[in-house]
Amino acid sequence: MSVIPFPGPAANPDTITEDSWQALGQHTVARIALGRAGASLPTRETLRFALAHAQARDAVHTPLDGDALAATLQQAGHSVLQVQSAAANRAQYLQRPDLGRRLHTGSRAHLLAQQAAGCDVLFVVGDGLSSLATASHAAPLLAATLPYLAEAGLSVGPVVIASQARVALADEAGECLRARLVVMLIGERPGLSSPDSLGVYLTSAPKVGRMDSERNCISNVRPAGLPYPLAAFKLAWLLRAALQQGSGVALKDGSAAEPGWAALLAGTRTSTLPA
Amino acid sequence: MYQITIGPRRYHFADLKTLLARASPLRSGDLLAGVAAASAEERVAARYCLADVPLRDFLQHAIVPYEEDEVTRLIIDSHHAAAFATVSHLTVGGFRDWLLSDAANPATLAALAPGLTPEMVAAVSKLMRNQDLILVARKCRVVTAFRNTQGLPGHMGVRLQPNHPTDDARGIAAAMLDGLLYGAGDAVIGINPATDSPETIHTMLAMMDEVRLRYAIPTQSCVLTHVTTTLELIGRGAPVDLVFQSVAGTERANSGFGINLAVLQEAHDAARSLQRGTVGDNVMYFETGQGSALSAGAHWGADQQTCEARAYAVARHFSPLLVNTVVGFIGPEYLYDGKQIIRAGLEDHFCGKLLGLPMGCDICYTNHAEADQDDMDTLLTLLGTAGIHFIIGVPGADDIMLGYQSTSFHDALYLRELLGLKRAPEFEDWLETMAITRGGRLQAHGQQPPLLGLMETVA
Repeated sequence: MSVIPFPGPAANPDTITEDSWQALGQHTVARIALGRAGASLPTRETLRFALAHAQARDAVHTPLDGDALAATLQQAGHSVLQVQSAAANRAQYLQRPDLGRRLHTGSRAHLLAQQAAGCDVLFVVGDGLSSLATASHAAPLLAATLPYLAEAGLSVGPVVIASQARVALADEAGECLRARLVVMLIGERPGLSSPDSLGVYLTSAPKVGRMDSERNCISNVRPAGLPYPLAAFKLAWLLRAALQQGSGVALKDGSAAEPGWAALLAGTRTSTLPA
Repeated sequence: MYQITIGPRRYHFADLKTLLARASPLRSGDLLAGVAAASAEERVAARYCLADVPLRDFLQHAIVPYEEDEVTRLIIDSHHAAAFATVSHLTVGGFRDWLLSDAANPATLAALAPGLTPEMVAAVSKLMRNQDLILVARKCRVVTAFRNTQGLPGHMGVRLQPNHPTDDARGIAAAMLDGLLYGAGDAVIGINPATDSPETIHTMLAMMDEVRLRYAIPTQSCVLTHVTTTLELIGRGAPVDLVFQSVAGTERANSGFGINLAVLQEAHDAARSLQRGTVGDNVMYFETGQGSALSAGAHWGADQQTCEARAYAVARHFSPLLVNTVVGFIGPEYLYDGKQIIRAGLEDHFCGKLLGLPMGCDICYTNHAEADQDDMDTLLTLLGTAGIHFIIGVPGADDIMLGYQSTSFHDALYLRELLGLKRAPEFEDWLETMAITRGGRLQAHGQQPPLLGLMETVA
């Protein structure tokens, strides 16, 4: 989802000074050559900005529909567990990141009651700062990733859907369900032009207290950013490597050197990809 | 130990650090740290106690231990007793009254600055309302220079921030051009790079320098990378005007940034030795922000505003051209909403100016903070009246690399229109020469402005 291009209010040529360098817009998505009314923004730009901000705000504050996501994942053949963090509501979640990193006591009991036999890989799907990202991209990314895991003979645990969640909440979930490695799919802090970026965090041997330097991250997963096939390829590469040598800053993403990467890249729009 | 009885309740504050924290206006970061007052009444009780603390006490009781922190050692060892003499008999409350009196004028305040410590300044700010912070800051004059002159009365600079998510040279150049044609870029043209690759950063520095030379632009450029990378690039002969670094108020927090005073000194000396400034030799550009010490777990139980003021002691030591408090970038766990961001922006500007710094502000917010453009307009207008040294200019206020909202080129023009604020004089002259402005106001471009040829430089 992105800003819908629709015409704004008609500009009055008598009062708007248009900029003669609008063609430079081909080089950047930055808001350049906006024109001016006096020295101020024209009405159309004020509204365009307000719309983008409204979408980003809604992405932060709309609760994740856990039941709908669970139904989608169950249809795809996953068993699903739903949990909450220790943050009671959105306002507390935003001010107390420490609470978003821990399971609510009831949720912890729920996971422990599974008496899980363990798995190679556990996926946790968290709302994070953009429920829109999670609702839109978690299931498609999972679907694109699972064939790689099946090929590698890796066992996958139930999918845990977590609300009011920060990245480190996956550590506790992974510990409770005895996973060798946990993958957190979580909504990133929305930007004005990217309200729906999904972040992916891998942590091997998950347990409470893992540091950020012990994780690997893939960011900006969305069709207009890093598309699903590329993200899944990267994720599968990192998963296999992390199961061998452990996740963290010492593990460098070498997926782009694999022969499969170039082929995938060729089949994808690449304008927004990092070099 | 400080105590006060209010009606049936008695309040105790174990030490100066605790007293400062309890007296601080409410903000989420102090709640997160567990140092905030437990009630509104306790907060005011702490202010009553703080008002009676002699300024002299701040030289006796370090907030962070002298033996364990080089920032404390810098503060104490560089304290100027003769400059302090003007106010050494005052309490914190008496100091507030003095600052608001006619005795405090641009000359006396400039003479006093080396005699003030960050903790004194933080303390008095906690007794001040927003209007006090504005009025006193406006009396402080701090003039700095490199290729143009910043901070003259009635002037305000803009940092042109032409970031691009993949460091694309043409994307950066397009935003740079947009800013220059909107009359922005006198404080600095400063890029936040997406990469920390020295080669990419070298290319950016070379590109900006080529543009500057080709059009004889009297401004300075900077790539906001780690100080050690800049040092390495100076060694390789890259055209470095300003050295950038984020700094914080404790040694441990600075360690978290991978820096200490020695490496800042080394970089400062290296940049000075290049002698690239034409009208001055202030070569450092620092950024700060409340919450940085706490987020590094290095706040020593002090409140975030006091830690922030201590960062200014680090900055002050290196006579910077620009100091920028990036006030709303850190997020709602430190500054929750527009009210907290506005208050923090005014505090930071006041404290920096009183300590003698060229204080600018990145008036900004993230999308998970309870803030919007109206809050930024309010802070922008207030800081304009307070005499802000410079603000940030990002195309359309939307930084597509860092993913937050700052102020736009249009916002700067608004403030110039409203308050009659001028650009750095050398830069203003250049804009007139290039027919971008006339009499300080933007001209309508009937045809392609000559500056558009800049894109060819970046083929």
